[in-house]
Amino acid sequence: MEVYRKQGGYAAVEKALKTMTPDEVLEEVKKSGLRGRGGAGFPTGLKWSFLAKPEGVPRYLVCNADESEPGTFKDRDLMVRNPHSLIEGMIVSSFALGANTSYIYVRGELFYVIRILEKAISEAREKGFLGKNILGSGYDLELYVQPGGGAYICGEETALIESLEGKRGNPRIKPPFPAVSGVWGCPTVVNNVETIAATSWIVQHGGDEYAKIGIGRSTGTKLISACGNINKPGIYEIELGLPVEEFIYSDEYCGGIAGGKRLKAVVAGGSSVPVLPANLILKTMAGESRLMSYESLAEGGFVSGTMLGSGGFIVMDEDACIVRNTWNFTRFYHHESCGQCSPCREGTGWMEKVLHRIEYGHGKMSDIDLLVDVAAKIEGNTICPLGDAAAWPVGSAIRHFRDEFEWHVREPRLSQERNYGLAGYADPLPVQAAEA
Amino acid sequence: MDIDTREIRFSAERLAEVYEIIGRYPEGRQKSALLPVLHIAQAEFDNWLSPEVMDYVADLLGIQPIEVYEVASFYTMFNLKPVGKYVLEVCRTGPCCLVGAEKLQSHLETKLGIKPGETTPDGMFTLKTVECLAACGFGPVMQVGATYYERLTPEKADELLEQFRKENKRATYC
Repeated sequence: MEVYRKQGGYAAVEKALKTMTPDEVLEEVKKSGLRGRGGAGFPTGLKWSFLAKPEGVPRYLVCNADESEPGTFKDRDLMVRNPHSLIEGMIVSSFALGANTSYIYVRGELFYVIRILEKAISEAREKGFLGKNILGSGYDLELYVQPGGGAYICGEETALIESLEGKRGNPRIKPPFPAVSGVWGCPTVVNNVETIAATSWIVQHGGDEYAKIGIGRSTGTKLISACGNINKPGIYEIELGLPVEEFIYSDEYCGGIAGGKRLKAVVAGGSSVPVLPANLILKTMAGESRLMSYESLAEGGFVSGTMLGSGGFIVMDEDACIVRNTWNFTRFYHHESCGQCSPCREGTGWMEKVLHRIEYGHGKMSDIDLLVDVAAKIEGNTICPLGDAAAWPVGSAIRHFRDEFEWHVREPRLSQERNYGLAGYADPLPVQAAEA
Repeated sequence: MDIDTREIRFSAERLAEVYEIIGRYPEGRQKSALLPVLHIAQAEFDNWLSPEVMDYVADLLGIQPIEVYEVASFYTMFNLKPVGKYVLEVCRTGPCCLVGAEKLQSHLETKLGIKPGETTPDGMFTLKTVECLAACGFGPVMQVGATYYERLTPEKADELLEQFRKENKRATYC
């Protein structure tokens, strides 16, 4: 707490509560162009402006710290290293929304993080930043931490709300959106940890200043959690617009592919987003350098592009097996499907079975199109985006790595002995660059 | 397990904790306390939720037992069967597998002579495979109680098993 205060911490709370109205805070957040850092990338200011404000009905802000998208591990670090930045963001955001009680929903596995947050909250309360009549402004706020129970689906905002109400994490049918009917039927905003932490900087320095960072409509900085076969896995805060090639190969970031191997594929924004082969993640179809931004990564749509998503950057080297990885992700979605919608509940299970048999040398050529068919029938036919999230990795893996799937079917014995390797989607960089 | 003979009741301190949690929600919304209270109950009663324990929680919160059962069976952190003193939760999701999680899992299976979901005959270890623990950059990862053990190798896992055997104290989430 002392360290955070010395570095100018909680100045945003003083500024917002003493000199600004809630609408002025909202206006700054709108100007900043900040977009949801949980994966969807929806403009935060716009989301806030949808919040219904009926007379006499409490409103709630809920922070989504149910981080569990494979490849994503940024929020945990943010909360452990700098819990006060989240708490400060919660205070100014709650003030902007007119919420007097707010919750931070943390995945249950992270009880040690919950303890850190609880300690930080009590420190903030001692200093008068939480509780009744904060800093004499007349604004009251209570902040609580809620543990989850181990369910990926609770990262979906309506499932999270159900879970916060003490129920199974079954996503709700929208509309009504949480902005109208969320926790206990009251207007609610659910934002990711990183999004909320960014709001205090925006309040302190102004939305226009924030908008100067980044590129185009991808303003600000983003935490990227990099993992897989790289030299330096970890969490990096980047200015949006950084070239992907620099992010992977520069010593400042991932430090290149581990063991001097070559890059095969990247899943750029958490397991749900389409996987791209090396040539397409480094350059777009038009031959332009691919940048770490919402727009550049999406360039080419799903035919040749992907998404920034949650910033879970999974790197696969030449020895990684795309079929095995796709099977693994599909098993994940099958396990995590809440079971409400038949296309997702059944479809993920069938995709897992079919992928398993291809990976273990019992596949048929027709299985590949069967997978494409099942994935297409899940996509868009479920209440929540978990269905899409399960379909995209399968669809994209077959789109870009079809020959590897066919090889598994054609060479069942060989495919048990070794991996397919780099083949057609070769890393376009000269070999020396990969080793540098 | 001596759970059948023990009276199922929280200590005074735990009860105070439960009432503090209930106070976090508006009046009449005490059901919201269900997940946190189930975590406490699991930690208090041998790291699993027997039907009797779940009934006790239902009673405390003034809700129907089925409302507790359906929640306890939905979330993976709640054990509905007795478990060993140390539940070894090995992440089996993609990013961890890229850096050797499958090797770690099969090492533990061989070493302990059990498959995922099983408990060693001495009641010491339960092996459980879990989905993404959100520590992908530091894989392979294993969670035991509240602690994450990261960048594991078979050798480091062996050392941990030894350490647990020496400590011989039940590991819970909270």
